[in-house]
Amino acid sequence: MKTATFKIWRGDANGGKFVDYTTEVSEGMVVLDAVHRIQATQANDLACRWNCKAGKCGSCSAEVNGLPRLMCMTRLNDLPLDKPVTLEPMKAFPHVKDLVTDVSWNFRAKKKIKPFKPRPPDTPDGTWRMAQSDVDRVQEFRKCIECFLCQNVCHVLREHKLHDEFIGPRFFVQVAALEMHPLDIEDRTEELKQAHGIGYCNITKCCTKVCPEGITITDNAIIPLKERVVDNFYDPLGKLVKLFRPKAQK
Amino acid sequence: MPEYQTFEHDVLVIGAGGAGLRAAIEASAAGVSVGVVCKSLLGKAHTVMAEGGVAAALANVDERDNWKVHFADTMRGGQYLNNWRMAELHAKEAPDRVRELEAWGALFDRTKDGRILQRNFGGHKYPRLAHVGDRTGLEMIRTLQDHGVHRGIDVHMECTVITLLKDGDRVVGAFGYDRERGRFRLFKAKAVVLATGGIGRAYKITSNSWEYTGDGQALAYHAGAELMDMEFVQFHPTGMVWPPSVQGILVTEGVRGEGGVLQNKEGKRFMFDDIPELYKNQTADNPEEGWRYCQGDKEARRPPELLTRDHVARCIVREIKAGRGSAHGGVFLDISWIKEKIPKAAEHIKKKLPSMYHQFKQLADIDITQEPMEVGPTTHYIMGGVRVDGDTQMSTVPGLFAAGEVAAGLHGANRLGGNSLSDLLVFGQRAGKFAAQFAKEHGAGQINVAQLEQAAQHALEPFGRNETNGEGPYQIQHALQEMMQDLVGIVRKEDEMLRALEGLQKLRKRGGQVAVPGNREYNPGWHTALDLDNLLTVSEAIARAAVERKESRGAHFREDYPNKDAAAGKFNIVVRKGTDGSMQVRRQPLSEMPAELKQVVEDMK
Repeated sequence: MKTATFKIWRGDANGGKFVDYTTEVSEGMVVLDAVHRIQATQANDLACRWNCKAGKCGSCSAEVNGLPRLMCMTRLNDLPLDKPVTLEPMKAFPHVKDLVTDVSWNFRAKKKIKPFKPRPPDTPDGTWRMAQSDVDRVQEFRKCIECFLCQNVCHVLREHKLHDEFIGPRFFVQVAALEMHPLDIEDRTEELKQAHGIGYCNITKCCTKVCPEGITITDNAIIPLKERVVDNFYDPLGKLVKLFRPKAQK
Repeated sequence: MPEYQTFEHDVLVIGAGGAGLRAAIEASAAGVSVGVVCKSLLGKAHTVMAEGGVAAALANVDERDNWKVHFADTMRGGQYLNNWRMAELHAKEAPDRVRELEAWGALFDRTKDGRILQRNFGGHKYPRLAHVGDRTGLEMIRTLQDHGVHRGIDVHMECTVITLLKDGDRVVGAFGYDRERGRFRLFKAKAVVLATGGIGRAYKITSNSWEYTGDGQALAYHAGAELMDMEFVQFHPTGMVWPPSVQGILVTEGVRGEGGVLQNKEGKRFMFDDIPELYKNQTADNPEEGWRYCQGDKEARRPPELLTRDHVARCIVREIKAGRGSAHGGVFLDISWIKEKIPKAAEHIKKKLPSMYHQFKQLADIDITQEPMEVGPTTHYIMGGVRVDGDTQMSTVPGLFAAGEVAAGLHGANRLGGNSLSDLLVFGQRAGKFAAQFAKEHGAGQINVAQLEQAAQHALEPFGRNETNGEGPYQIQHALQEMMQDLVGIVRKEDEMLRALEGLQKLRKRGGQVAVPGNREYNPGWHTALDLDNLLTVSEAIARAAVERKESRGAHFREDYPNKDAAAGKFNIVVRKGTDGSMQVRRQPLSEMPAELKQVVEDMK
């Protein structure tokens, strides 16, 4: 049977090193299969996260040959196996052990987003009517599986470590999903500008490139949100209109 | 005594899938403090994998639907072994639970007049599944998660419970460890809700992730609670079969709901060959009628591909055993054929089944809009679990509640697709409500420190062994999975199951010598070793219950007793831990259904 070598980062917050593991590979295998095989036969204590193994839960994010990927959706036959495949943890988060990082900051950042607030129900039975086309508009954002690969490559977080001032692309996608939700009447532009730090994003689109769900993060979520902020805070004409129409249409 | 941290909550919820989150939200709304413990990160639980939809008789697509039809469908699907009270509450309350999700921000696909759209699914008489393409589970868990995080619920992520703590008869907390550092944690609680999901990792071919090791069933069992219906394990008819590394990954029933057909290697649509008596009246007898049903024709009956999962899985096994299977040991599921029927079929398929398209394209190099998929049965769900009161979800142990897959009763001998997501919502809500009530009515109990010490010492034992005096956890787990797959799988026989029970004894001995390298910090080897105990317990419960049920019914098929036995249709099989520590099996007669529900069942026959 064919074999391949994997150079896996082993260690914890105190430091670590690459360790080579050679294992058998078979048809259709993904990187996560190789990690499991190594874990079962050579390194029982090799730490990695995973759950669904079908690209639906976003747990097994790592850097494969330097590229941020879901290990469960990265086929070995798409990688050059004549040289070792390197596997490293995501870099934008504190390291825990081996391929596992401490992503808890994301869960704290999520809490800062104002929750969904629906308009009053459309009918006496307490339900709403929505057109499929209005629903479709936000479905792209709601596909997000929270793998945090976009957070991992965002230079505001990865290089500049502005975790306290910036919520990152994942959560701009969540804000976009709420702001463009057909029923939502909350206004989040103040937070976008201040607490969420949307101004730090200079639309390099690194997040869009790595999204395993193919969400057009920058163009469809972040830029429209930036426009909302501009409309609300920097548009004199808009301000005048708002004087007379305090509840501007969302 | 090893060190531990202490946390205190009025209600402790173990598990953060749909049922756990729904329970936590409800308990928190009742004004008690709530802690949630979950084995993975928040939002990654198995609910995320649910694809097809959530069943609720909203009657948005077919106005003939109502709770009575849903109730009758659920009972028929469960071969009348269901807890009728749960089936009744489920059918009545599911619509409100779904509408509530919408009020919390979930966005379902819409009908033309803007209401929640519903799709066809196996065993449901009318289109009943509210859905979002084929990622309904993700929509549901994200909605619950995002709603829950603003309600002051404490979440202990990546934390595993290894034992429940008791004060006399009552449960008063739980003891476990966090994955990151491997430190022990004591959770004191006035009431505990189990929402830990299933047991899929007891089998080799499964759609379940590493987490599904029967933790809740085993925790409850060791705490003295009863388990029921453990012989009923659902093998989903359509899992991926090729390439080997994706074997078992789920292919949603929604494919068949949208018109997908099952064929053998001769190209024959074999599901027409065997339509059970119970479903003859409701099933199309020709392909044309089946297609019309999938297109929403209310006069048409549903195609046989949408018969219940137990039956479809067995028909697939029959084809494979008869040598009519595909090259890789499955059969063919074809949705691409609908291009003969509708224009722009490829786009339609991508729109209706986006993640299936993605999954096959990326993992198997198959374009499902152009060619058939290869599929075969995969371990998916357990109908059995903790025996609970139908109204409150409390187990036979005071203060211990269970909701979702870990609880038994709603689904009887076989679960209908779509009824699990509604199960999570309806009984998650109930468990949360009644656990909060229990917490309010009872003070904190006494923690028995000796019990903590014993659990902690037992948990650390694998580190004291090495390859010379022990064995790695993965070998033992794989041996267990192979054995359960071969001997207590889709088709069962007495002698094979007795061999499995002997095998389990041997595996338990090996499990007692499991060795783990490294230290306590994020060590999957150690976690696998600790989960083994639970897998062995639930496997034994499945095998013992399966030996006891000497008939074929629902998901339980006995080659040596291939027919249904009317006498066996009058009891559930209940398992509990005897005073000597051995597993006791008994027959629990079904409780009498009230006359009005009997009438509903009769009317819908």
